[in-house]
Amino acid sequence: MTARMDKTFAALQAEGRPALVTYIMGGDPDFETSLAIMKALPLAGSDIIELGMPFSDPMADGPAIQMAGQRALKGGQTLATTLELARRFREDNPDTPIVLMGYYNPIYIYGVDRFLKDAVEVGLDGLIVVDLPPEMDDELCLPALAAGISFIRLATPTTDDRRLPKVLENTSGFVYYVSMNGITGSALPDPSRIGEAVRRIKSHTSLPVCVGFGVKTEEHARAIGAAADGVVVGTAIVNQIASSLTAEGQATEATVPGVAALVRGLSAGTRAARLAAAE
Amino acid sequence: MNETPKLNSFRSGPDEDGRFGIFGGRFVAETLMPLILDLQAEWEKAKTDPTFKAEMETLGKHYVGRPSPLYFAERLTEHLGGAKIYFKREELNHTGSHKINNCIGQILLAKRMGKTRIIAETGAGQHGVATATVCARFGLPCVVYMGATDVARQSPNVFRMKLLGAEVKPVTAGNGTLKDAMNEAMRDWVTNVDSTYYLIGTAAGMHPYPEMVRDFQSVIGIEARAQMLEAEGRLPDLVVAAVGGGSNAIGIFHPFLDDASVKILGVEAGGKGLEGDEHCASITAGSPGVLHGNRTYLLQDGDGQIKEGHSISAGLDYPGIGPEHAWLADIGRVDYVPIKDDEALEAFQLLTRLEGIIPALEPSHALAEVIKRAPAMGKDQIILMNLSGRGDKDIFTVGKILGMEQAGA
Repeated sequence: MTARMDKTFAALQAEGRPALVTYIMGGDPDFETSLAIMKALPLAGSDIIELGMPFSDPMADGPAIQMAGQRALKGGQTLATTLELARRFREDNPDTPIVLMGYYNPIYIYGVDRFLKDAVEVGLDGLIVVDLPPEMDDELCLPALAAGISFIRLATPTTDDRRLPKVLENTSGFVYYVSMNGITGSALPDPSRIGEAVRRIKSHTSLPVCVGFGVKTEEHARAIGAAADGVVVGTAIVNQIASSLTAEGQATEATVPGVAALVRGLSAGTRAARLAAAE
Repeated sequence: MNETPKLNSFRSGPDEDGRFGIFGGRFVAETLMPLILDLQAEWEKAKTDPTFKAEMETLGKHYVGRPSPLYFAERLTEHLGGAKIYFKREELNHTGSHKINNCIGQILLAKRMGKTRIIAETGAGQHGVATATVCARFGLPCVVYMGATDVARQSPNVFRMKLLGAEVKPVTAGNGTLKDAMNEAMRDWVTNVDSTYYLIGTAAGMHPYPEMVRDFQSVIGIEARAQMLEAEGRLPDLVVAAVGGGSNAIGIFHPFLDDASVKILGVEAGGKGLEGDEHCASITAGSPGVLHGNRTYLLQDGDGQIKEGHSISAGLDYPGIGPEHAWLADIGRVDYVPIKDDEALEAFQLLTRLEGIIPALEPSHALAEVIKRAPAMGKDQIILMNLSGRGDKDIFTVGKILGMEQAGA
C-alpha cells in the first residue's frame, strides 16, 4: 500500500477517530467543477477520496450514481481526464489518499500496464473495481499491487467466513464493507448488525474496515463510525451535487459550497463517533 | 490470442474458470460470487444426475414438444436453385422459440437451489415469455426486465407475459433495449441475492451461464445432426444461425464443431449498415472488452464506454455476444457475417410467401444469408438453418414498415 494511505490510517488511529471516506464521480458535472469539489473535500473534513470513473453500464449502482456517471460522460469525461483530475488535485494536496472506483472495462481498454504507470505518476493510492472479484486477480489486482497501488476489495453480507479469507488474500489499504446486498444509494441497515459484521471481518484481518452503502446523514456517520474504522459516503454527496445543478445539468454557485457543507456535517459525525461508542 | 495449439476438440471449453481462450470469465460484484459458485456446484451435480436428465427429457417431450422437426424447405430450395435447405423448426416449440429449452433447464436448477423468486431480462420478449411460462408451470413469482423501447415494439409478448402472471418492468435507462434490461436485472439480483434466481436468456454473462445455456440449447444441434443423418444419410455442408447473445446459434453449432466437413456461419445484426453506429455486429465491427460478467466482443468507444446498438430485431439488439462465439471467431472455426435490417425484412417476406412460415425477425437474418449463399452452392449440397422463432410477435412491426395498416386502424 502507499505510504500516504498508511500515514492516514496511522494518524486517525492516533486521533482515535474513524476515517471519513467521500465519493464523487470524476467529471460530474464537468471537469473544473469536479476538481473544485475534490479540492474542497479534505478542507471540509474528508480523510480519503474515492474518485468515480464513469462507465456507461454501472451494474452495481443505484439511480443517483448512474445519473452522475451520465452527466460526467456527457461532459466529455474519460478515464484519461479522471487521471488528470487526480494529477491536478495532487499539485496542491500531497497528503489525502485517492482511490479510483469503478468498473473494469475502461481500464482494460486503456491498457492495464499503461493505466498503472499513469496511476502511479499522478499519485493514486488505491483502486476499487466492482466487477473484479478475487477469482479475476490476474487481470488487475496483482499487477496493481506490484506497482505499489492498493487493491481495495468489497466484502458484503454474502461474504461468509468460508469466503472471507479468499476476499482478503490480496486486499490492501483497507477493506470496504458494503453494509447490505444491493446497489449504491439504498437504505441503511441496523448499525448493531454492522458492528457485528465489522468484528467478523476484523477477526480475519488487521486491515482497517470502512463501511458504506446507505450512509446519508451526520447521525448515520456517527452511528457507523462508532463501529468501524471508516465511513464511506457516496450517494448523499452525489445527490447534493445533483440538487445544486441547473435544469440543464450545469454547475451553479451553490454546487461546491453545498458539498462542503454536507461533508463538514458528516465529518462532525465521524469525529463524534468514538465519543458515542464510549458512552 | 490466435496461437491456440491444435485442439483435439472444439467442444471441450470452457476451462474451470469459465474461459474460452481469453473470453468468458467471472467479472461480477463480490455480492454475487458466492451465489455463482453455488450455481456452478449445483450445475455440476445436475449434469450427471439421471433424475435431472429424466426431468429435462420428460418436460422437453410433453411440455415443449421435442424433438422439433427437421423440415426440407422444398419451394425455397427450388426458388433459390442451389443447395438443399433444411430448417430446424425451433419456432414450433411451446412459446414459439428455442428460448424455452434453456428456461426448463434453469428453472429446475433454481428449484434445486431452493430459490423462491425468478428474474429475467428480455429483448424481443421471447425469453421473457418462456421464463414467465416456466414460472407459471412451477408456481414461482417472476419479474421480467425489458427495455422501454422493446416494450413498445414487442407489445404482443408484453401482453403474453402479463397473462402468464409475470411482472414486466420497463427499463428507461440508455436506449431502453436489452443491454439496459440486463443492467437492471443485475441490480435486482444483487439486491435480492438470497431469494432470487437470475434466469439469463442467452449464452453470455458470467460463468457458468454461457456453458450452462449452451448445454441446454445443444439439444437443437444434437437432434438436428441425428435427423439430418436420417434424412440425407450425411451431415450438412453449412450450418447457419442468427446471433444476438448467441444461444440458438451455439445450440445448433456446438454438436457440429468437431465435424470438419461442416462449415458454420453465424449471422449478426447489420442494422442500417456497419459504416455508422446503427448495428449490432459485435464480432464483425467490435473489439474485446468486459461487460455483464464476461470478456467478449463488444461495441464500444475508445474509452471503453459501451455503445447502444441498433437492429430492427429486438432479440439481436445487444452490443455484445456470448464468449464462446468470440472464441470460435478468433480461432476461425466459425465465420460471422452481418445482415442488414432491409435484407432481413425481405427474407421474412420471402419465407412467408414461399413456405407459409412466418419467421421471427431474428432468424430472418440467418435466412437472408442463406438466400445469398444457396444459389452459389451445388444442388447436391445441404444447408441447415436454425429457424429459432416464429414471427407472430413481429407482424405489427413489419406491417408498419411495409405500410400495411391493420384493418380498422
